[in-house]
Amino acid sequence: MINIERKTLAVLVDNEAGVLSQVTRLFSRKGYNIESIAVGPTEGANTSRMTIEIMATRAATELLCNQLRKLFPVHSVCILSDEAIRRELVFIKVGAATAEARSEVVQIANIFRANIIDVSTGSMTLTVIGEESKVEAIHRLLQKATVLEMVRAGSVALERGDNTINDETKEKGEFNYGKNVL
Amino acid sequence: MQMTGAKILMECLLEQHVDTIFGYPGGTILNVYDELYSYEEDGRIRHILTAHEQGACHAADGYARATGKVGVCFATSGPGCTNLVTGIATAYMDSAPIVCITCNVGTSLLGKDSFQEVDITGVTMPITKCNYLVRDVNKLADTVREAFAIARSGRPGPVLIDIPKNVTAEKADYEPLRRSQHASNGNLAALMARSSQNFKAPEPDHADIDKLVEMIAASKKPFVICGGGVVRARAHEELCKLVNLIDAPAAVTVMGAGGLQGRDRHVTGMIGMHGSQASNMAVDACDLLIAIGCRFSDRVALKPSTFAQNAKIVQIDIDRSEINKNVQTHHHIVGDAKRVLELLLEKAAPKQNDEWMKYVFSFKTETEYDEATDHLTPQQVLSSIARILPQDTIVATDVGQHQMWAIQHFHFDYPGQLLTSGGFGTMGFGLGAAIGAQAAFPDKCVLHVTGDGCFRMNCHELATEQYYNLPIINVVFNNGVLGMVRQWQTLIYNKRYASTMLDRSPDFVKLAEAYGLSGKRVTNVEELEAALHEALECGHGYVIDCVIDMDEKVRPMVGGGSHITDFMLNS
Repeated sequence: MINIERKTLAVLVDNEAGVLSQVTRLFSRKGYNIESIAVGPTEGANTSRMTIEIMATRAATELLCNQLRKLFPVHSVCILSDEAIRRELVFIKVGAATAEARSEVVQIANIFRANIIDVSTGSMTLTVIGEESKVEAIHRLLQKATVLEMVRAGSVALERGDNTINDETKEKGEFNYGKNVL
Repeated sequence: MQMTGAKILMECLLEQHVDTIFGYPGGTILNVYDELYSYEEDGRIRHILTAHEQGACHAADGYARATGKVGVCFATSGPGCTNLVTGIATAYMDSAPIVCITCNVGTSLLGKDSFQEVDITGVTMPITKCNYLVRDVNKLADTVREAFAIARSGRPGPVLIDIPKNVTAEKADYEPLRRSQHASNGNLAALMARSSQNFKAPEPDHADIDKLVEMIAASKKPFVICGGGVVRARAHEELCKLVNLIDAPAAVTVMGAGGLQGRDRHVTGMIGMHGSQASNMAVDACDLLIAIGCRFSDRVALKPSTFAQNAKIVQIDIDRSEINKNVQTHHHIVGDAKRVLELLLEKAAPKQNDEWMKYVFSFKTETEYDEATDHLTPQQVLSSIARILPQDTIVATDVGQHQMWAIQHFHFDYPGQLLTSGGFGTMGFGLGAAIGAQAAFPDKCVLHVTGDGCFRMNCHELATEQYYNLPIINVVFNNGVLGMVRQWQTLIYNKRYASTMLDRSPDFVKLAEAYGLSGKRVTNVEELEAALHEALECGHGYVIDCVIDMDEKVRPMVGGGSHITDFMLNS
């Protein structure tokens, strides 16, 4: 059975020009659309970490990881488990010209623990941090008002517990890769 | 020692023991060529000027495949380096180690759509193992060392270094470093520390080897596929010992030709779309398939879901991303073919599989083509060549029917004897590759087998053949059509021959003469053999234009995506 689901990859790379395009081109070359991507510097010097979400089967994701490991600027790659912590930062600008509309937005914001970071005569801007489902829920509720603009930072994710991506070296990836099942 | 970027580059090439460079100069690479001038003068390096950058890239590729060393080519910015692209992709698909050095416009002009500017590192990103734009002359030596290490290590492949013109003129400190010390210095040391498997083949897991040994012992019908990895690892002797030890029939892929002695009694011939009956029947019937250095391309595993359907499939490859990519395997070993085979030879027990061998070899290992007396057939051409040319002749081919016929017919004995574009299928590859091989082995006989369509794609390299006095024998299978495409049109497209008539070829003999070579048009075996003798003796390049029928076909043939024993054309 082909089981396509959302997979989250964490990729540790050299913080250099061109690396992002090298990594993303690999996805398009192999026929995968990136659902979400977030990139930023890490605790280490000269490295960036990418959190990439794709829709794929487990087997295809593992093949993709091996292709990624072949790229020289890539330090390590891991597929995050379902239990990993995932959060996304979202800004939503809603049209709210009347007092009534504004108070409704404030109520929704309170329920979702979203912050209102800007108010003008015709609009309010909220910021939400949460998982995919929370973002979707608030978006759905706010659609009753007029959503003027929305921007999402892309998911960032981290494994729970003591494990870090640094344990997931290329050498280890080699060792663990699809151990023989016969 | 302070020296210019151009001189640092040349010194770095000497560190790598580069003796031959194929290339074509131009505006931005002038500083490098100016430096090369003095290195050529005192004989430290030889430069072969081709007629076109694509030829230079194929020549570097042919040089690399024939010698196992890294091939090097030079090109200028813009059109110079984009002309390399087909050559780079060819090398990438067949894992041939080459380093392409291109120069770009000066850093102050980069990104301004300057004259002859192109983002070649962007263009070649998906077809190189790695590429570099060197903006700082202080990093040049380090980058060149890294590039060569990457090109030749692990699964080999092409690497491109793009150097802006001003960097080739600026000065930096250069400290000579022996090649053996590169790995422990500079950026390469850091890179190796963190990703050594990109450079060193991983040591095969001994438990995995033991498991394979058990599987071999348990199997009654073992079958081996020898792929290009065996050729790249030069593991032909080990593989020969293994198939004899475990008494397993073995097929050879296009890229694996030369990985097993062609005359070994275990060899069943080519496998896949134009594979022999024996190979295709055996892979379907075997109970254990050991694929070594083979990536199960769609020309071998035509229908992955039924490929080797009765077998446990074991894949041995140096590149772990190949495992389970095209065909789902039951067991795999990641490692260099030579090392894996050495370990297997230590542990595997001898076997006899008389009944299985008898079954496999009850099918034909070679196609029996029709004989003719009134006209020249491809088989007659190849038989005459095999009879007259030395057995260790290096054969470069182009792509199409002549390629398949040549690989089916010749018995290749050692890695690097066949130079052919298996993965990318590049028409026009042959002559360039032949030039590279002849430049590497001036005393060997180099044969270039081509068709009239392919030959026209890069025949301008005859000028290179003539100028550098490379006595390559070009045999043109001239059927006046694009034979392989016509074969598909005949079989699949209801004989609608759209744009495959090549009734507009030049006179190849006159063409050869125009380039200062000799040539002969032959229509029967006697003329052909006389021409071959003349070609061997004349000491310069020669073109033999063999007139063959346009409806000759490559047999057997299995359609793309079909089960491997569903022969469309049988032998």
